[in-house]
Amino acid sequence: MTDLAAVLFDGVVYSSWLFLMAAGLTLIYGVMKILNIAHGSLYALGAYAAASMVGAWLAGGHAAVASYALLAAAALAVGLIAGPLLERGLLRLAYGKDEVVLLLVTYAVFLILEDAIKLVWGVESLMVSEPYALPGNFYIGELAYPVYNLILIGAAVALGLAVAWGLYRTRSGKLLLAVIHDREISAAMGINVDRVYLYTFTIGATLAAAGGALTAPTIAVSPGIGVEVIVLSFAVVVIGGLGSLGGAALGALMVGVVRSIMVRYWPEAELFTIYLVMALVLIARPKGLFAAPEARKI
Amino acid sequence: MVARRAAEGDNVNPILVATGVNRSFGAVVAAADLNVAVAPESIVGLIGANGAGKTTFINMVTGYLKPSSGSIRCDGRELTALEPRRVTQLGVSRSFQIPQLFNTLSVRENLLVAVGIVAAAAHAWAHSDLSPGRAGTATDEMLERFGLGSYRDRPAGLLPEGVRKLLDVAMALVVKPRVLLLDEPTSGVSADEKFAIMDLVMGAARGVTVLFVEHDMDIVGRYARRVLAFADGRIIADGEPAAVLADAEVRRYVIGEDHA
Amino acid sequence: MTRDHTPLVLVAICACLLAAAPVAPQWLVFLLTLALAKGLVVLGLVLLMRTGLVSFGQGLYFGLGAYAAALLSARGGVLDGLVMIVAGIVVAAAIAAAIGLLLARYREIFFAMLSLAFSMILYGLLVKSSTLGSTDGFNLHAKSFAGVALADGVGGRVFYAAAVIAALGAGLAVHRYLGSHYGRLATAIRDNELRVEYLGASVFRVVYANYVAAGALGGLGGALAALAVGHVDPETTYWTTSGEFVFVAVLGGTGNVLAPFLAAGVFEAVRTLANQYAPNVWQMTLGVVMLLLILFLPAGLWSLVARRKATT
Repeated sequence: MTDLAAVLFDGVVYSSWLFLMAAGLTLIYGVMKILNIAHGSLYALGAYAAASMVGAWLAGGHAAVASYALLAAAALAVGLIAGPLLERGLLRLAYGKDEVVLLLVTYAVFLILEDAIKLVWGVESLMVSEPYALPGNFYIGELAYPVYNLILIGAAVALGLAVAWGLYRTRSGKLLLAVIHDREISAAMGINVDRVYLYTFTIGATLAAAGGALTAPTIAVSPGIGVEVIVLSFAVVVIGGLGSLGGAALGALMVGVVRSIMVRYWPEAELFTIYLVMALVLIARPKGLFAAPEARKI
Repeated sequence: MVARRAAEGDNVNPILVATGVNRSFGAVVAAADLNVAVAPESIVGLIGANGAGKTTFINMVTGYLKPSSGSIRCDGRELTALEPRRVTQLGVSRSFQIPQLFNTLSVRENLLVAVGIVAAAAHAWAHSDLSPGRAGTATDEMLERFGLGSYRDRPAGLLPEGVRKLLDVAMALVVKPRVLLLDEPTSGVSADEKFAIMDLVMGAARGVTVLFVEHDMDIVGRYARRVLAFADGRIIADGEPAAVLADAEVRRYVIGEDHA
Repeated sequence: MTRDHTPLVLVAICACLLAAAPVAPQWLVFLLTLALAKGLVVLGLVLLMRTGLVSFGQGLYFGLGAYAAALLSARGGVLDGLVMIVAGIVVAAAIAAAIGLLLARYREIFFAMLSLAFSMILYGLLVKSSTLGSTDGFNLHAKSFAGVALADGVGGRVFYAAAVIAALGAGLAVHRYLGSHYGRLATAIRDNELRVEYLGASVFRVVYANYVAAGALGGLGGALAALAVGHVDPETTYWTTSGEFVFVAVLGGTGNVLAPFLAAGVFEAVRTLANQYAPNVWQMTLGVVMLLLILFLPAGLWSLVARRKATT
């Protein structure tokens, strides 16, 4: 029984991390119809910013307890600065072009940022494990788990709910949903689509940065951490249905739990479980779990 | 409801028969117990308000939609289980309300594709590269026939609406159908062009059974030998144009003149 | 009626490249072989793009071709380069024929993601396989080509010549195909699938055929690249490799079969230069070049050539 609980818990932890990445990505795609490959770089930036800030803080002899606030601050800083900069400075140059072209633009941005990160932070790994170790462990049966994982899950749930509330309960959120449904009609109705794009990208960037910031204490922050994240997040987005926040959550949960089971019973398959899940979902539901209904064509 | 008086072609086997066709989209009833028998080479006008079920009918005949129940047969062959591709191969072709063209290809290339497909199907096992001469000739003939010659090299996406409509119909005729369904062939076209288009199309479709959806009653009166009036998924009138257009229910639900 | 110069240009260029085989410097022979090999993969990708599909998983076939060739040499005792190349094509085509049955039913991002998924599945399998060298991969050697023994130091030039001939053959074949009814049909499918079906043609069959062809081309390129490099590793099937192929395809444009090879050549040249003089900012260089191209040359490098031809 504890075996099952352990596997499930591992799955949920991984799902939380996946969700943070997929949520921002699916929003950006839903609103802007852009597959943002640079999402991986934003994740990396969040991790590096967090590592730097916490590292500096701790080196200054300050209390480790406050480092959590710094994680949040790092995510916000990256999201609120890099988000608008990228959207206004680079992406908007390519609006109106073919979807594949837009994808290559984000790919180009990703490549540029990968090297930019190396230029700023060097190639050495950064380790800031204090926030991870500080709260100690709790036990499932005989297995010890860092309490930090609970913080991660909590953060993912909280952010998810916050974004959902913002989308479905606030007026600005409804404008965003309108643009997701039909950009042209929204513009015709007087919605400032430009501004919606900016807000969406910024929120998405912040979520990615949050994913990175929260992960920073658990890994060795080094160049290239953003590379694999991208394809994993994409897979979750496709599984859940493009533009669907709920889909991202459910997709992340499915992938996380299945992967966790695989790791336990068939480790060789771990690397590609997510793609198997995606292939199976797409076979059953060709447009993902929660795809938007399509209007009549002829 | 105007009953159908016996017409000349009634003794021959109908080429298209719909029996008990039903189709709903959730709470919207698009087709309710449709029963139609169309004689070969007849010209039938389909009229009805928007949303009355005319395009849904065409979609079901051509295999794009499956009816919830009922059958549609062409020359005895059941169409409802087939895909549009197979329905076309059986000789039933259609044009579209919103012209479905290959927008980045030129007008000539659009027709070349259509001609090529037909030729490839005819020589299925042989080489697909139809000798440029023959395909080209057939295409140029179509171009001339439909008056599209002056637009031949223009990308289909850059054509005026009337020309797009013409090209759409021309492509439907390339497959040499026995039954042709036209979905609003003159909508979006200026009033003076409407008759010109219909003359062209009907001329090219000699000997073909034609069903056409139309909102302009003058056109219906001029070209149709028989009219089916749709309302809320039902056929509320079926007969000769004069009679149908004068029918009280038709005037109420379709034409919109309510003489109390 | 404009005359079609492409076959002539193709033959002329390949003749020149072949003539250079014995005399060109080693580094150039290597670079050109890689460019031609990757150009073949991109040619397949361009074929798919003409049909309206962007595959983010051609790395699968590139990797399959490479590993098939390498396994024959390392485990199968086969040391003939030509046999290895054929094996690469056959294995890739076979997998494409199987996967294509599923993939040819999808479009747009779903097609892209599924194609990526399969390439990443292979990646995962390769990385976890210690017998296949995991992330390190392993080496391959060819001792003969088409039955003729290879003298020392000649191998590279022989593979180069093979690549040139392969490019010539594939280029001519694809050019002929694209100029035929089926080439027009591919564009028609990209523009309006529904209409193609309504005209009585099977969209699935055309998409499937093009997908298998692209897979075979990917395998051919992979085997050639593996022979030239003398080594295979899972990186060949990682998503970034597939991404590079897409970039080269967009760089060249889809206007002509010469474009993929031209673009691949430019790409390899830039990569070699960047690695030489600015290895720490190689990715940034690539990214900046990409952006500039997208903004100023959206139809790819080939539009430069096409523009010049139009004004003459």
